[in-house]
Formats: sequence, C-alpha cells, structure tokens
Amino acid sequence: MPWPIEFLLFVIITVAAVVGLSVRNLLAAAVTFNIFSFMSASIMVSLGAIDVAFTEAVVGAGVVGVYGIIAILLTSRKSRD
Amino acid sequence: MSAYRKETTPPPYCIDERMKIPTESPVLHVASRGIAPVIMLIGLYVFFHGHYSPGGGFQGGVLLAAGVLLLRMTLGVTQSQKLMPTTLTLKLSAVGALIFAGTGLVALLCGGNFLDYHFLPVWFEPVYLRYYGILFIEVGVTITVMTTLIAIYDDLLGC
Repeated sequence: MPWPIEFLLFVIITVAAVVGLSVRNLLAAAVTFNIFSFMSASIMVSLGAIDVAFTEAVVGAGVVGVYGIIAILLTSRKSRD
Repeated sequence: MSAYRKETTPPPYCIDERMKIPTESPVLHVASRGIAPVIMLIGLYVFFHGHYSPGGGFQGGVLLAAGVLLLRMTLGVTQSQKLMPTTLTLKLSAVGALIFAGTGLVALLCGGNFLDYHFLPVWFEPVYLRYYGILFIEVGVTITVMTTLIAIYDDLLGC
C-alpha cells in the first residue's frame, strides 16, 4: 500500500484517539471510538493481517458500538445524591 | 460489599421501557428488516468459508449476533423475541461450549490427544475426518459467541 494512504490512516487514528478522550459528550466519544477501531482495522489491512482486521472491524466497530450506546443509556444526566 | 448492596435499590425489570417497544420511525423498520437477513447470511458465509478465506467461527458468530442486535435495537426487545428468545440465549451458549469440549473429550477417550480429530469414532477418511471435525468445532464456537453477545445486550438492558 502506498505510504500517503498509510500516513493518512495514522493521522486519522491519532486525531480520533485525542478527540475521543477529550470530548465531553459521551455519545460523541463512543462514535469516535468506533472511528478509532475502524481505522485500526484499516491499518491491519495495510499490514497484511486480514484475519485480525476482520475481527477488529466486526467486533470493535460493530458490537462494541452498540454496547457503548446501551451503556450511555444506563447513565443519567444528573446524579441522584 | 454487603453494605453497598443494602443501600442500593434493586434494579427494575427493564432499565428503559422505550427499548422494549419498536421505534417510531418507519424508515428504521424497513431498513433494518431488509438489512438484518443479509447480515446474517454474510455471517453464515463467513462461517462456512472460513476454511479458505479470512473468517471462521468467531467472526461468523459476531455477524450473526449483529443481525439479531440490529432487530433488537429497532423492533424492540419484545417483538424480536421470536428470532432469539432471551431465555434461550445462555442455554444455547452452554450447548455450544459443550459441543467444543465434548468433541475434544471424545477424542481424548478414544485414544488421542485433546481435540485430535483423527481418533473420533466416526467412519471417515482421516483427511475428511479432520476437515469435518474442525467444521463441527466451529459450529460450537459460532453458537456460543452469537448467543453470548445477545445475552450481554439483554442483560445490560435488564429486559
């Protein structure tokens, strides 16, 4: 794979990691984590590990996103104490 | 730990009642009911084609679970019970683990090592015995992964 595409993938994954850790909105953080996971899968494809990339794309970008949104649903906006 | 449990109230039957009923949008209904069978078909393809290409039991099981979870999110927990009942999920996951470990133990009792398909008491050519033995193991892995993911979703919601 040509190096500008890999460089673009690394830039996107770094920006997604920083934004996902620093954003205050929980839903935005969950979606940014999905972007991080999908870019990680793309980097695995560029490295030639198709099986690892497939697992990462299916689990990290698919099911964990659903669980994150359900976990946000379980939290409340204000504390009850 | 016990003092912590005394202070907290027991959780209600379902955390959010909105997750039990279908969503209001008909666009989501039509789209999810069209996409979910395709996702599950791709999951079956990944499972059966895992010998020759990337994929296998775990990925196929996750894709099968993703199809069910899509219907759980759009149609609600109540209406998607026909596809995979909540009471059946953990039992099926135990059955899948039993398939995996049982095949290995049968091979162990018949004189081989654990998961040594050559010693399974089925009359086949040894090459085909290994082939179908691995496929049978993958059936157990697929069932366990699929039902465990659905059980985690149902248990998070408390439904």
